[in-house]
Amino acid sequence: MFAFASILDRKLLRDLWRIKGQAAAIVFVIAAGISLFVMSHGMMISLDETMRAYYERYRFADMYAPAKRAPDYIIEELSALAGVNDVEGRISGGGLVTLPDESAPISARVLSFDPEAVSPINGVHLSEGRMISPTRNDEILLLKSFADAHELKPGDSLSVTMNGVRHKFTIAGLALSPEFIYALPPGEFVVDNGRFAALWLNEDAMEAAYDLDGAFNEAVLTFSPYANEDFLITELDRILAPYGATGAYSRADQISNKFLVEELAQLKTMGRVMPPIFVAVSIFLLNIVVTRLVQTEREQIGLIKAFGYSNRDVAVHYLKFVLAIALGGALVGWGGGVWLGRMIGEIYRLYFHFPFLVFIADFSTLGIALAISALSAAAGAFFAVRSAVVLTPAVAMRPPAPPKFASGNGVLKAVSRLLDQPSRMILRRLSREPARALLTAFGIGAAMGLSVMMRFNVNATDYMLDVSFNVIDRSDVFVSFVEPLSDKTILELESIDGVTLVEPVRSTPVMFKHDRIEYLGSITGLPEDAALNRAVDSDLQDVDITGNGVVLSEQLAEILNIAPGDTLTVEVREGRRPTLDIPVTGIVEALIGTPAYMDMDALNRQLKEPNRVSGAYLKIDPRMRQAVYNEIKAIPKVAGVSLRREAYENFQKMIDEGPGVFRYIMTVFSIVIAAGVVYNSARIAYIERERDLASLRVLGFTKIETGYVLLGELGTLAIIALPIGSALGYLIWSYMATAMSTDLYQIPVIYKEDGLGYAAIIVLLATAFAGAFIQRDVSKIDMASALKTRD
Amino acid sequence: MSESVAKAKTAELAFRTSDLSKVYGEGPAAVHALRGVNLEIPAGELVVLLGPSGSGKSTLLNILGGIDRASSGRAFFQGDELTAMTDRQLTAYRRRHVGFVFQFYNLMPSLTALENVDLVAEIATDPMPTMDALDLVGLKPRATHFPSELSGGEQQRVAIARAIAKNPTVLFCDEPTGALDSKTGVGVLKALQEVNTRLGTTTLIITHAAATAAMADRVIHFADGQIREVIENDHKVSPDEISW
Ligand SMILES: Nc1ncnc2c1ncn2[C@@H]1O[C@H](COP(=O)(O)OP(=O)(O)OP(=O)(O)O)[C@@H](O)[C@H]1O
Ligand SMILES: [Mg+2]
Repeated sequence: MFAFASILDRKLLRDLWRIKGQAAAIVFVIAAGISLFVMSHGMMISLDETMRAYYERYRFADMYAPAKRAPDYIIEELSALAGVNDVEGRISGGGLVTLPDESAPISARVLSFDPEAVSPINGVHLSEGRMISPTRNDEILLLKSFADAHELKPGDSLSVTMNGVRHKFTIAGLALSPEFIYALPPGEFVVDNGRFAALWLNEDAMEAAYDLDGAFNEAVLTFSPYANEDFLITELDRILAPYGATGAYSRADQISNKFLVEELAQLKTMGRVMPPIFVAVSIFLLNIVVTRLVQTEREQIGLIKAFGYSNRDVAVHYLKFVLAIALGGALVGWGGGVWLGRMIGEIYRLYFHFPFLVFIADFSTLGIALAISALSAAAGAFFAVRSAVVLTPAVAMRPPAPPKFASGNGVLKAVSRLLDQPSRMILRRLSREPARALLTAFGIGAAMGLSVMMRFNVNATDYMLDVSFNVIDRSDVFVSFVEPLSDKTILELESIDGVTLVEPVRSTPVMFKHDRIEYLGSITGLPEDAALNRAVDSDLQDVDITGNGVVLSEQLAEILNIAPGDTLTVEVREGRRPTLDIPVTGIVEALIGTPAYMDMDALNRQLKEPNRVSGAYLKIDPRMRQAVYNEIKAIPKVAGVSLRREAYENFQKMIDEGPGVFRYIMTVFSIVIAAGVVYNSARIAYIERERDLASLRVLGFTKIETGYVLLGELGTLAIIALPIGSALGYLIWSYMATAMSTDLYQIPVIYKEDGLGYAAIIVLLATAFAGAFIQRDVSKIDMASALKTRD
Repeated sequence: MSESVAKAKTAELAFRTSDLSKVYGEGPAAVHALRGVNLEIPAGELVVLLGPSGSGKSTLLNILGGIDRASSGRAFFQGDELTAMTDRQLTAYRRRHVGFVFQFYNLMPSLTALENVDLVAEIATDPMPTMDALDLVGLKPRATHFPSELSGGEQQRVAIARAIAKNPTVLFCDEPTGALDSKTGVGVLKALQEVNTRLGTTTLIITHAAATAAMADRVIHFADGQIREVIENDHKVSPDEISW
């Protein structure tokens, strides 16, 4: 028994070696699915774990309570609130950094920091240089990502305008902070390391700079696990109301954390949606391949059984065969996933600034990967092996019975009359077993579907980018103010030489309330006939915002469970902080985020702050760029200047080199899968027909003519696969787009034909590639030995 | 008339070999399939190769047919050196001059009898009407049948029709009756003799049925990779009188 098993095992090894090319192709197909899973899952837990550890070690605040000016002694009252662990009051202010190498002003966040505190809330990780001195008011810690972008080092000096006054500081050290993992300039949605600075000064310096002697303007709190957030927000707002509170918010609304969590959510969705699709496709392929592989071994199986091996022996033999390949796929996939994860981790660190980011090569994912591929391979092989096992040994003993063919029906006959004999052979083979041909075409189609989906995905992102920067926002520069200003500022901007168009905007942070649902967002007030920054719906049509009501995006309306005609309660989070009741006049399908639009004048009227603007979109003469920037710098109360072209380029860069690199990995994988499938189909067809091909060679057919019989079949199947792949691509993409859309980010389900063309080219290239390999096999056919035996 | 055609051709040689050798493998495991074969086969003859299993008959046939290569020595077809030809030249040689019939028929299962013949006719320079080829082997009525619908002997006769349809200069048959019973085998041999006499095709037949030698012009006895004996047969008999 054991001796027999070992002979079978030897056959197993020889067979594996014989089909090594095919086995490798299957290994890669499985590995693609597995590594995608390992990478996204690993990336997710790594980011999650790193974030948790980082937040904990540096005591990232659970809640923020900004105010205008609150006396230090009030801290005690705050710390007495139920659920509060610790409270610190700090000074947080806006500033503008001026650098010789950067013409436009750069937004900065300036924070007070006690260098002697043992373990302060929102601590910093000092990565270079030294801590600031408690007694020296001209020293700062500077955000490392910003310093790196401008090659600033400890010891260098930096000019910062705070509260209208220009200060010159010496950089004592470079720091990272959990508050600025994702360092986003105000009003932007893509990080730009060089255009956002955070700096930390000692308290004396800050009190002096912002006129807050003995006071603070932001309380930061940590909770006990049992704290009631809603209660605390209400209490904080109540206590701080006399001191100009603008509304406490929890960690979930802290901007860096919000983006990080959003990214994690996206990774989670992607990890949930993508790998199963890839794995499902690879299981399907494995099934096809194994079925056909076992079919080519039918006679050997009969022989083995004729020698007296049991059905179980045979089943186990072929299961081992499949498992060997599957486990190979799992291991390669896991290794590849870890490697890709490490690479992606490095890329993530360019955008998410952690002092450390360890890609966790979690061994549980190895277990899952092994289980997935073993199970799927076994499932894929089950039917094939079963059909092999039920064969009677007589099949092997029977004299050679050529497979049955028929001329087919009238149409087929008519067509085949027009063909030469080799083409007839192709046609007859395809029509003899249409189910098998279709299955192969389906396999190729499935692989193509992945490419279609990936291309549609790329198209959708490009579309969003195009719409955001060329349809919605057509300005060159956006200037935001520290607080709403009189519209005289607009005149001031218009008078700058080189500014050709100025369009004001009034946006205000609010808490939306309806049906006991609360949602923190903002209302954007746009002027009539807005041209530089418009409200458009998903059909790119202007949204009608005239009248006194608010127009909500569909996503927001859904969250708030509100319909046109209903009244929305809006708690304004700035200025006098009124609570308003505003009718909902319309709902539009928005592309990005969850916007709420109003007519600017109507909004100002409701706020009882007529003629106020919070920012302005500018169109400028490119030749006078520098002069314009200089003028803007001189205007007090400018919080930030964002350059649209740079933002556009940053976004593009993030897609190309940043986390968007996922797209490329998946595109490459879809190509690998397509090539693997096509190659395998071709190889199996080759094995099945080796003797026929040898006969053709003997009859005097050239290598190319002989290859045609096989490659013509392959090409035909690939062409049949094109419409199937297109249809599958549509399906997978529709599912994907819906599954991956979040509140913040709607993926438009657009279909562009070029996605199909692109995928078709991939499939055809893969076919050509596989065809070249097969042609090589055909060229090497040993005529003498192929004819010696019956099979 | 056929008689005189055949005689006229004996003047020329179809094949000549000198010291033809074939070694499979290397070192101690090497198998010497051919050990210096020197041979002359006049054009138009029907030659039968006899010899024990493993003696190198198929190897010789394959080399002369251009589907295998010798290890050393030389082989000539009508004065052209086969052993010096490139792959491409060998393919052209098979295409223009050679017809093959194998023990296991090697028909294309997806083509009908007639189409199997057409397959070769399509790439030949000077084929005969393919229906005539089928007629020659007595299979005209089964022209539209697929191989799976034919008996072994019928399949082998289709293979012969396929081999002769191009009007080959030489016909190689490796155990053409090996898978057939005696009566069916005789039918196949008759078809071969018909081709040889009617078309003057040089024909080489490998067989284990020594009795077949009676129908040959020349009988070559093979043993151990070498020619033991060549017998010219002056009293050819019809296959009808052969049985084994
Ligand atoms: N591909 C090969 N590799 C190694 N040895 C081979 C190979 N092909 C043939 N041989 C050996 O060469 C020798 C001659 O083989 P060949 O097929 O020519 O014999 P044969 O005379 O045709 O025998 P049979 O009558 O059994 O067909 C044999 O010993 C055989 O084992
Ligand atoms: Mg032989």
